[in-house]
Amino acid sequence: MSAVMSTSRPVRSDLQARQIRKFKLQDTLFHQLTLLFALLVLAALTGILIALAVEALPAFREFGAAFLWTPVWNVPEAQFGALSAIYGTVVTSAIALLIAVPVSFGIALFLTETCPVWLRRPLGTAIELLAGVPSIIYGIWGLFVFAPLFARHVQPYLQTVFGDLPVIGGWFAGPPIGVGILTAAIVLSLMVIPFVASVMRDVFETVPAQLKESAYGLGCTTWEVVTGVVLPYTRVGVIGGIMLGLGRALGETMAVTFVIGNANRIVGSLFAPGTSIASTLANEFGEADPGLHISALFALGLVLFVITFVVLAISRWLIQRGLARQGK
Amino acid sequence: MNRYSRRILTNRIGIGLSMLAMAFGLLALLWILWTLFYNGFAALSWDLFAQDTPAPGSEGGGLRNAIVGSLLIVGATALVSTPVGIFAGIYLAEFGGKSRFAAATRFVTDIMLSAPSIVVGLFVYALAVETLGGFSGWAGSLALSLIAIPVVVRTTENMLLLVPGSLREAAFAVGAPHWQVSLKVTLRAVKAGVLTGILLAIARVTGETAPLLFTALNNQFYSTDMSQPMGNLPVVIFQFAMSPYDNWVNLAWGGALLIALMVLAINIVARVLFRRKSSD
Repeated sequence: MSAVMSTSRPVRSDLQARQIRKFKLQDTLFHQLTLLFALLVLAALTGILIALAVEALPAFREFGAAFLWTPVWNVPEAQFGALSAIYGTVVTSAIALLIAVPVSFGIALFLTETCPVWLRRPLGTAIELLAGVPSIIYGIWGLFVFAPLFARHVQPYLQTVFGDLPVIGGWFAGPPIGVGILTAAIVLSLMVIPFVASVMRDVFETVPAQLKESAYGLGCTTWEVVTGVVLPYTRVGVIGGIMLGLGRALGETMAVTFVIGNANRIVGSLFAPGTSIASTLANEFGEADPGLHISALFALGLVLFVITFVVLAISRWLIQRGLARQGK
Repeated sequence: MNRYSRRILTNRIGIGLSMLAMAFGLLALLWILWTLFYNGFAALSWDLFAQDTPAPGSEGGGLRNAIVGSLLIVGATALVSTPVGIFAGIYLAEFGGKSRFAAATRFVTDIMLSAPSIVVGLFVYALAVETLGGFSGWAGSLALSLIAIPVVVRTTENMLLLVPGSLREAAFAVGAPHWQVSLKVTLRAVKAGVLTGILLAIARVTGETAPLLFTALNNQFYSTDMSQPMGNLPVVIFQFAMSPYDNWVNLAWGGALLIALMVLAINIVARVLFRRKSSD
């Protein structure tokens, strides 16, 4: 009996040890494999930055930092400056946010406070589906449906109302041709609303029920609860959501390219055609000659990437701070 | 007007405006969908699927080459981004913890989720098109993968973090190695959620145009060779919608409808799947 035990035991523990060694090896391999893929993701972003910088180098060497504030974009004479594209990008995004933020706030308020509970899910889903519609659909809709309507009915009206005012009149000067900076901004705002509205809804839902109920108990109206309790409580997350929308708007290509008119110049009027960084890239990159033109386009891409990177980084930090309150 | 009725009035105006905002959002959705269906269904025909994109000035034509190209490019994207995304997600959830490397990776993924897609196209142009000899379907897939991977990574990690610690501990207690715990216990427990993430990633890249403009380019002819420039729906829509030919514009609407239907269908399937599994 004891002889059997003494012979079988070493064999078994030997087997076990071998099994454990096998598992350990597999585990190490598995760990390294997943690490490798995580590294790949990290490398992609640094790769983008490096690749853009390297390709943009000839343009920056030729024009220096003045590239950023030169409003000339002349392909035949190889004179390039980013200002008019930056101007178009910033102005369209800013106007888009001016429209999108109040509307998104209204949608989030409705979905979290006044909407009947049975309607919340379908309406929330509809807004999320709006976020899923590809941007090229917004673009083609903007070009064929919205721009002609806008030119025929809205632009002449805006001109008669604001046209004679001193400074504001200049914004609405020029022929109402439909495509232009303002049209691009409006289409862009429709694209951004779902993103901002869903973030706002998510952060509004983090407000503790007791807090709101105490306010209601004191006799506050819904509006007072939202402006006096919900908004102060979620301020950080709301700003993060707006920044996320800004990040989206700045880099949006297709919705803008269709309707902005693609004219590389700066005109004071919002009715005038303009261009944005993304739409310049979409229009010119495919036909650009190797050399300075391509390099200048890469430099534009680098500028866009750096701007959106900063905006998105701030947005992420704010949203996480806003959502982290949930746990407190 | 006394103070009380002023407060009531402010409240009514505020709530009324918020309802108006909601109606505005829904109307925009309905308006866009309606024009899309109206113009898109008018363009639907058998030829759309049976014929290739027409040459300038010629009559008729369809989108066969673009549909096949899009399916191939998006299919390859799904094949590449699924394993990469899932493994990176497993790393973040199981091994990364609070380490600085994991935090940096999470940060990068979040940025990449919203980074301008046209810049990704530029990157792949510099990386693959310039160096490896020209535009190709593979380059298009690579660009789309860079957009899809962050979506998969994020959902995988978030889903895995929802798995109760006790399930993991039980698996470890019966002597399972870590890789088996990850792949056969935790990942399996959140299968539906991860699948939803993959579907959403596919839906996201299906309509992406900007990254394909200078990677896959376009091809007027039918081709299944991924190492050559390849026709694809988004780029065809972009080129045809801006063109002066009526039949091209018509085809653009047809293509836009196909893409929108596909994206909406994937979105709805993903939602239904996720809701059913998570309510079990």
